[in-house]
Amino acid sequence: MLYDSLVSPFLEFAFMRRALVGALALALGAGPVGVFLMLRRMSLMGDAMAHAILPGAAVGFLVSGLSLFAMTVGGLVAGLVVAVLAGLVARLTELKEDASLAAFFLISLALGVTIVSLRGTNIDLLYFLFGGVLGLDDQTLVLIAAITSLSLVVLALIWRPLVLECVDPGFLRSVSRAGAPAHVAFLTLVVLNLVGGFHALGTLLAVGLMMVPAAVARFWARDITTMILIAVAGGIVSGIAGLLFSFHSGVPAGPAIILVAGALYAVSVIFGRIGGLARHMLPRRHLEA
Amino acid sequence: MTAQLQFRDLTLGYDRHPAVHHLDGAVARGALMAVVGPNGAGKSTLFKGIVGMLPPLAGRIDRCGLRVREIAYLPQAAELDRSFPINVYDLVAMGLWRRTGLFGGVGGKERERIHRAIAAVGLTGFERRTIGTLSGGQMQRVLFARLLLQDARLIVLDEPFTAIDAKTAADLLDLVRRWHAEERTVVAALHDIDLVKANFSEVLLLAREPVAWGPAAEVLTPDNLLKARRMCEAFDEAAAECAA
Repeated sequence: MLYDSLVSPFLEFAFMRRALVGALALALGAGPVGVFLMLRRMSLMGDAMAHAILPGAAVGFLVSGLSLFAMTVGGLVAGLVVAVLAGLVARLTELKEDASLAAFFLISLALGVTIVSLRGTNIDLLYFLFGGVLGLDDQTLVLIAAITSLSLVVLALIWRPLVLECVDPGFLRSVSRAGAPAHVAFLTLVVLNLVGGFHALGTLLAVGLMMVPAAVARFWARDITTMILIAVAGGIVSGIAGLLFSFHSGVPAGPAIILVAGALYAVSVIFGRIGGLARHMLPRRHLEA
Repeated sequence: MTAQLQFRDLTLGYDRHPAVHHLDGAVARGALMAVVGPNGAGKSTLFKGIVGMLPPLAGRIDRCGLRVREIAYLPQAAELDRSFPINVYDLVAMGLWRRTGLFGGVGGKERERIHRAIAAVGLTGFERRTIGTLSGGQMQRVLFARLLLQDARLIVLDEPFTAIDAKTAADLLDLVRRWHAEERTVVAALHDIDLVKANFSEVLLLAREPVAWGPAAEVLTPDNLLKARRMCEAFDEAAAECAA
């Protein structure tokens, strides 16, 4: 019975296996990136950049239809351009970075939807907004797996400057020039993972497997390594449970995955070991020393 | 005297307004020098200039062969994110950056040095504590342990004893004396005149312009201190171009 509902969907249906591989790969790459985004207080930046991908991918679609290559390149370019532009506007004008990002992501979203509608149908638009995790083809899976592998390697390479730039950027500047290149490499990873997530989850939810598991991890770990492991585990659990939930209930798979992550988040907010609500509401007696 | 730092008609500032104006002089190798002056006197600005974070508006700083990345610098308000999940050991270990760089391993010898630095600031047993749980004084001890590991010829401390208790200040001052005994050059901005008189042989009294520079007893006279206090704090937005 348990076997029938938990395992056999993946054994019987190839599209479920593909979706599973895609979701697991995304969780593995996006989880660590999300933790760093969160620790740098750039969670909303991830959201903004996810939407920024849309017009680029839409232009790719306009030029050559639902071609993986065109949409990926378009998304990458648009994501990086917006990341750089938002940073520049914040640095060169009085506008704070959050406001400048909000402006950019709303413009991007509107522009993207408009471009898709020029040529596509409502079905295409749905694909752009919410992805097609159940329809991942070989090419897309390879792309997602490659992005994940690259992310893990690059994160290992830039680990020290990345951590140090989060915790003490002034000190990093005083001992090394690695801060700026590490930051650029990291932003590129963010965009890459969002493009991977875009194919599976669409522009609105791509950031979901990145930020929600990271937010979950914050409630359970005190050091960054454990935090990253928990974020990845949370993403994996969300992927598996979300796909099964979608399979049995018939709700769309992408939103189901993020909803499971959301449920994990809700549980963490309430029962989290570090700063969870229950700890605040039901304080235990203080210790002697 | 071999100099470690030489200022030649140095002017540092922001938006063309000088915060340190026409400073000339040298800091000897192995000197233990205090920089004293009212708020806004340009102490922090001078230090940013020394460590290469702020390019001079005019004149120059000669570091006498030292590269800026070889200077250990403790800023006044470190941009440190205390909520970041990192423990005392890992943060102190960052002091070895020049030795390990991006990828260098931390072996037994390095671990030993990290533990010794943590012990030297009296924080043995705190290695696994995350930095968010430390008090202000303990955090300053951590930063001093990191400075110890940087093993620098020139150490620049911006108000290192502000907002910490007397015991912590005394312990950290011991480290400063140890650096002096090891013939490292130490330059520190301080506002506790008695502490300066008791511990620092050389003083630069700064009030945007250098008021006096020399042995502590000669510099820290009531006259000079009054002169420094009269310094006008605000920039004059309508100031004319400096002719000097």
